[in-house]
Amino acid sequence: MAEKLTFSLVSPARELFSGEVDHVIAPGTDGEFGVLANHAPFMSTLKNGVVRVLEGETITMRIFVRGGFADVTPEGLTILAEEAKDMADVDASDVAAELQHTREELLKHPEGDGQHGALAETVAYLEALHEAAAA
Amino acid sequence: MPSLKDLKGRIASVKSTQKITKAKQMVAAAKLRRAQEAAEASKPYARRLADVVANLTSAMGEGAGGPKLLAGSGDDKVHLLVVMTAERGLCGGFNANVAKKARIQIEELRAAGKTVKIITVGKKGRDMLGRDYGDLFIDHVDLSEARDSFTPYAIGLGQELAQRFEAGEFDVATLIFSEFKNVLTQTPVTNQLIPATAPDDAETIDLSGAIYIYEPSEEDILETLLPRYLNTQVLSAMLENAAGEQAASMTAMDNATRNAGELIDSLTLQYNRARQAQITKELIEIISGAEAL
Repeated sequence: MAEKLTFSLVSPARELFSGEVDHVIAPGTDGEFGVLANHAPFMSTLKNGVVRVLEGETITMRIFVRGGFADVTPEGLTILAEEAKDMADVDASDVAAELQHTREELLKHPEGDGQHGALAETVAYLEALHEAAAA
Repeated sequence: MPSLKDLKGRIASVKSTQKITKAKQMVAAAKLRRAQEAAEASKPYARRLADVVANLTSAMGEGAGGPKLLAGSGDDKVHLLVVMTAERGLCGGFNANVAKKARIQIEELRAAGKTVKIITVGKKGRDMLGRDYGDLFIDHVDLSEARDSFTPYAIGLGQELAQRFEAGEFDVATLIFSEFKNVLTQTPVTNQLIPATAPDDAETIDLSGAIYIYEPSEEDILETLLPRYLNTQVLSAMLENAAGEQAASMTAMDNATRNAGELIDSLTLQYNRARQAQITKELIEIISGAEAL
């Protein structure tokens, strides 16, 4: 593949990746999509899931994003993640423990409680992360 | 002429003050590095988000309705000022400068016949503005418990602003905070949050001719994007403010330490002179006593 795609992934905490790659697959709200060089201008919201970076046919990097946006312009792809974790740094058992803990917390805050919504969202996020880590 | 004992006491007390200011300076220097790193780290995200917003708005074109957060309420009668200061003092003119900027802004808006409401972030701003404008306060954000992350506070405040705006409590929201230029300069600046404006330096890409594809839809994207843009702006202001506070505190404490040093020098000189004068006096007394015999 001759042409490279300029790709950057940033979260409010830091810039996780910036550079040239062959192919990026991102979890869009309406389904996964892949971006190659010279993609048409495109913008999508993202759901919780794994962004995969490919060089040729091999996956070189897996980054878990907790919602966000992908913006494809003629200049490249920018992913703005609410929260992002390099899957290489994620330990499945830690996530499982945190998930367990958050689920217990959720039981303490029934529906209607101010914290219920936020906790339920966290559980959904952790479940997705756990699934991705186990895969 | 103060006695020797008085002078000694004063020297000791200035010395202990100097120890305190020196310790505070070192603490601020250490905290500054972390705060600066955090502020720097959040910049790429904020900048790119601003670019995206700028792209979207330019793609949507002027006058195309859009969500209220972008288009405004169609009025500008009620202004909300979010004044960001530090939780603590001992940082030179840092808080006073922000408060001064806020005062000017409030007076200008009032002179133009607008209604002003204020949300304060940080205790010092509340104290400083409370005397004259206490009746304009509608809320306060306490950051004294914020240890490592401002994110929850920023999101909380961002959501609150969006809700209050939806409820029609104000028409325009402006943020007043200290921009962290470098360690020596922090300038109070204003930043209009609602209706959202893209910064002038945001890169817009000319897409005339190209058609943007939106998934799910342009409105849906803007609707999720704008609140985040709001939160991000609040967060980066908080981070810059925190870095500025530490920098101002470091500079102020450095000055204080130096001043204390000068004071100690001049007091020591005075002490030595007084001691010498006393010795001379005693000698004269002894000699004249001996001569009298």
